[in-house]
Amino acid sequence: MSSTVPVRLNVNGDEHTLEVEPRLLLVHALRDELGLTGTHVGCDTSNCGACTVHLNGEAVKSCTVLAVQADGAEVTTIEGMGSDGDLHPLQEAFWNQHGLQCGYCTPGMIMAAAGILAENPKPTEQEIRHGLEGNLCRCTGYHNIVKAVLDASGQSTEVTA
Amino acid sequence: MIPAEFDYTVPESLQDAIASLVDGGEDAKLLAGGHSLLPLMKLRLAAPTLLVDLRKVPGLAGIERQDGTWRIGALTPHAALERSPELGIVSQVAGTIADPQVRNRGTIGGSLAHGDPASDLPAAMLLCEGEVTLQGQGGQRTVAAPDLFQNYLETAVAADEVLTEVRINGLDGWGHGYQKFNRRSEDWAMVAVSAVVKESGGVCEDVRVGLTNMGSVPLRATAVEEALRGQELSAENIQRAAEQAAEGTSPPADLNATADYKRHLARVLSRRALQEAAGRG
Amino acid sequence: MSVTDTTPPASHVGRALRRKEDPRLITGRASYVDDINLSGQVWAAWVRSPEAHAKIVSIDTSAAQARDGVLAVYTHADLGMEAGLPMAWVPPGIEVNTPDHWVLAKDEVKHVGDPVALVIGDDRYGVADAVEDVVVEYDPLPVVTDPEKALEPGSPLVHEQFGTNKVCEWSLGGGDLEAGFAEADVIIERRVVNHRMAGAAIEPRGVLAEYRADRLTVWSSTQVPHFLRLFLSGLLGISEELVRVIAPEVGGGFGSKLQIYAEEIGCAWASRKLGRPVKWIEARSEGMMVTHHGRDQIDTVRVGAKRDGTITAWHSKILADIGAYQMLLTPMIPPLSAFVMCGVYKTPAVQTDVVNVMTNKFATDAIRGAGRPEATHMIEVTMDQLASELGIDPLELRRRNFIPPFSAGHETPLGIVYDSGNYAAALDKLLEHIDPAQVSREAEELRERGIYRGIGFSTYTEICGNAPSRIVGPSGFGLQGGGWESATVRVHASGSATLYTGTSPHGQGHETGFAQIVADRLGLDPAQVDVIHGDTQTGPFGLDTYGSRSLAVGGEAAARTANKVADKAKAIVAHQLEADAADIELRDGKFSVRGSPDRGMTLAEVAGAAYVPENLPEGMEPGLDEQTFYDPENFVFPFGAHACVVDVDAETGKVDVVRYVAVDDCGPAINPMLIDGQVHGGIAHALGQALYERIHYDESGQLVTGTFVDYALPTAAELPSFETDRTETPSTVNSLGVKGVGEAGTIAASPAATNAVIDALRPLGVKFINMPLTPMRVWEAINEAKGGAA
Repeated sequence: MSSTVPVRLNVNGDEHTLEVEPRLLLVHALRDELGLTGTHVGCDTSNCGACTVHLNGEAVKSCTVLAVQADGAEVTTIEGMGSDGDLHPLQEAFWNQHGLQCGYCTPGMIMAAAGILAENPKPTEQEIRHGLEGNLCRCTGYHNIVKAVLDASGQSTEVTA
Repeated sequence: MIPAEFDYTVPESLQDAIASLVDGGEDAKLLAGGHSLLPLMKLRLAAPTLLVDLRKVPGLAGIERQDGTWRIGALTPHAALERSPELGIVSQVAGTIADPQVRNRGTIGGSLAHGDPASDLPAAMLLCEGEVTLQGQGGQRTVAAPDLFQNYLETAVAADEVLTEVRINGLDGWGHGYQKFNRRSEDWAMVAVSAVVKESGGVCEDVRVGLTNMGSVPLRATAVEEALRGQELSAENIQRAAEQAAEGTSPPADLNATADYKRHLARVLSRRALQEAAGRG
Repeated sequence: MSVTDTTPPASHVGRALRRKEDPRLITGRASYVDDINLSGQVWAAWVRSPEAHAKIVSIDTSAAQARDGVLAVYTHADLGMEAGLPMAWVPPGIEVNTPDHWVLAKDEVKHVGDPVALVIGDDRYGVADAVEDVVVEYDPLPVVTDPEKALEPGSPLVHEQFGTNKVCEWSLGGGDLEAGFAEADVIIERRVVNHRMAGAAIEPRGVLAEYRADRLTVWSSTQVPHFLRLFLSGLLGISEELVRVIAPEVGGGFGSKLQIYAEEIGCAWASRKLGRPVKWIEARSEGMMVTHHGRDQIDTVRVGAKRDGTITAWHSKILADIGAYQMLLTPMIPPLSAFVMCGVYKTPAVQTDVVNVMTNKFATDAIRGAGRPEATHMIEVTMDQLASELGIDPLELRRRNFIPPFSAGHETPLGIVYDSGNYAAALDKLLEHIDPAQVSREAEELRERGIYRGIGFSTYTEICGNAPSRIVGPSGFGLQGGGWESATVRVHASGSATLYTGTSPHGQGHETGFAQIVADRLGLDPAQVDVIHGDTQTGPFGLDTYGSRSLAVGGEAAARTANKVADKAKAIVAHQLEADAADIELRDGKFSVRGSPDRGMTLAEVAGAAYVPENLPEGMEPGLDEQTFYDPENFVFPFGAHACVVDVDAETGKVDVVRYVAVDDCGPAINPMLIDGQVHGGIAHALGQALYERIHYDESGQLVTGTFVDYALPTAAELPSFETDRTETPSTVNSLGVKGVGEAGTIAASPAATNAVIDALRPLGVKFINMPLTPMRVWEAINEAKGGAA
């Protein structure tokens, strides 16, 4: 039925032009068309946030955005945050604070956390917890994720009960 | 996880968008942020044949004040409402929608046109004397909030119409409160109550109370309002008024809430929302 | 058993090293199944039953097959398989009614989601479309979803051929139960419901199967690659050495990936049939239907006690709703509760009777804790009920019944020998962190504002480190497999090392913790020890990761293997330096002569000598590469004491966990940071069950909570930060002294939360309430206690 549509994306600073089905989800464009598999899919109802990327600087769930909607946009994925040896402060903090176990939710958590810090550089523990309400983790109980975000924001990681 | 196939167009003017809708027939849908529509499409609970993407239509986003009224472009995301506390109850309500990522994408126009009685904005619209502009091939019309929401997922927006603008009364000098009850903070409201109160010398000069997810459309708790209007804003009066909150409602039951429980919640949340709005929280 | 203490002095063990796994995970460079693509790859999708119970009248695949890009659509007959999915529990002397469980349903479907056809096509999106084109006509059959009704005469039968829905009965007891109850001053009985829940790993399941040139390679998001290879070989008739299973990066398991799934077998079959790599990635809404569930018990607990609180008898009856089919370990999970039914108490007589029953739901199987959370929940909730009945403080009641501290074994009436324990010490430590009297004072203040604060405790032990083969094997507990674990340590010529472990982690941090163990024994830095796991072709046969077994069994295997390498290294050094091997010690990264630290060799020098073997001791083989298969002589029994503080909004019934304190004892810490992480996640999993999560089927067998919208995993916003501490009571079972901690939090936390809610509501007259403690249920309990509706 549908014909393909050209889509221009700037992903992590690189320009890409794709021909996509209109129904192609942004997350699949990133993963399957561009090979950026750091962005994950953990649900089909926009709950888990594993697919979180930044679209023009804002955290969004890339499973709930069509690739065509991102035409002309700048996208940042976990691969664009930093690499081994040149880690983003959030990546470093997740590592130092044991903010991950299986790692599957981690890219989305880091991107969501970056969204929080962009608006609120020194969030409280409760602000972090609410800021991460769109991201699910089954391994960590969130405890060390919250500490990691505090750490990355240069604050004490002494969490309160 | 995978939407069914559809055709896609991204018009650059409102006229073209309307023309595309008309051409696409009844299975054509508008696409704004997509956060009401795409989840349904991914589960194949919706399968439109044409999506008309509004993102290139100029002039559909933004918040501006004109006299006592706020004009909010339909494509304004929830996050922008949240960051505009001057919008009062609408800003407060918008800040509770789902999660930050969803608020960055979901739009006020999309949410209102979707007409889900569990969503947060519709009831607030009732309180702010909200109205929307609908632009169709026959021209433009204004629909007031009470007429916009017709039934569960049914609104007055016709198949060939685009909801272009939302207008709300600034409610200057009114206090507002929103009590949203859900199991997890990212969830839809099980029940929510929004309230705005205009106080003068300790007396409730005027009051409006909105109920979310207490029926197939957002409701005004008029019995509560009548019981409190003109009364002293005492804890007792608020309590007594809030007892009327569930009057005449037949809320939908689900696994986590019977109709009785929802009616109980409506009463409790009404009291709390009124206290919050009256600064008595 | 005798344990030689070979722990070297310079120690990486015990340190909170950050993880070796993390750089790839935090940068998005890890490879989970869906990140792997092969040339020529095609996609699988499954046509699933919307009916809970029905005859399949017809399946019309023609429209799907006619669709562009569709290669094939298969139904049951096409597969031509002689056997279905495996069930591995065959307890001696017990008949277990086990229905065939085919990869694709044959004639009838038994639960929503039962697969009826397999669609193969050339892309992810196209197969999703083709699934909708397959037309299946069903003739609905009566449905049963209530396990108690399923046992009533005249109930619809899930599998007609058995004439009953009962799967089996199984019992374990010890001591004189009748005398115990006769002796009791007080007997209480409670119906404790432990509802069905999901593992809900955030990575959905996925399979990529490639059959090429007579060899089958399967990448699967599994906890059990070695088991999977065995069953792929058997079910597909491919000789085992030609089958390779790789568990790549696995995004969590929690038991739900301890399974042999239809999708794994079906994709491998289709790859062989088509000569193309076949990939399937589970959608979450699909996984909620067909990735196994856990718990789902109705427990009747009867306990007798003296007036002073001394327990005299304990009788638990478990009615387990295991769903429509029995998968790998399904019917065995409820019996696992029985092993720890004494808990941490001196209970002189104890009996557990299990009845497994089938319903038209998906199968249950192991989910984090697997039988022990259910046991601990019923024990610890009932202990509080007993305390209340007797008017004794719940902690005092526990102390009066605690097994006194022991370091060399305590045999329970069941014949189970706990390895070591000091339950009072764990509770004492807990009370250093939280003062119940203070919580009570806070509760009184809060009550004026309509907030009811309560505190609940749980003191637990559990059983892990499975398993001693002589206990769990075919003639013992009836598991068709042993419980050993393997390890190979290979020192490379340049002096770094690789550990191949038979365990298969999916987030636990083995690459770091196991490296610490090996590094200490070889004088290396953990960075120099690479840990390889989850690939049946690279290391020895192994028994994978579940049941908190990896460290106590696999870690011990690694330690023993490293010791073997160290022993050989010492022999080489002694030979080269003309010293006695007994005088060689590992000090400051060198194997040196005791008392002469300058006379020594580094591991790299030893490796050089081992691989350029011109000067080895007489008869010694070249190389520095050792292997161990370690079969433990007993289980290990971690324990601890947890406290949960909740605030209940009495008007709405909403429960908030405001504080959670956990003291766990899993023996000496290998890496305390990893222990804390495991405890945090375990607590959250159980608080999720207690307060939020629930798999619920309606009476027609439809899954009501089939997405993450309705299946309410808690988010960061719902949970508090946790306070954790440890006591360290070494196990005598293994040389590391370690126990296991992957499930402890989950085992301990649900009763602590439940007891806290009951404590909070006591002023309102609520005496008992079952999970899930949803706002409405709590509100209803308050109303009932008031003696009427709202």
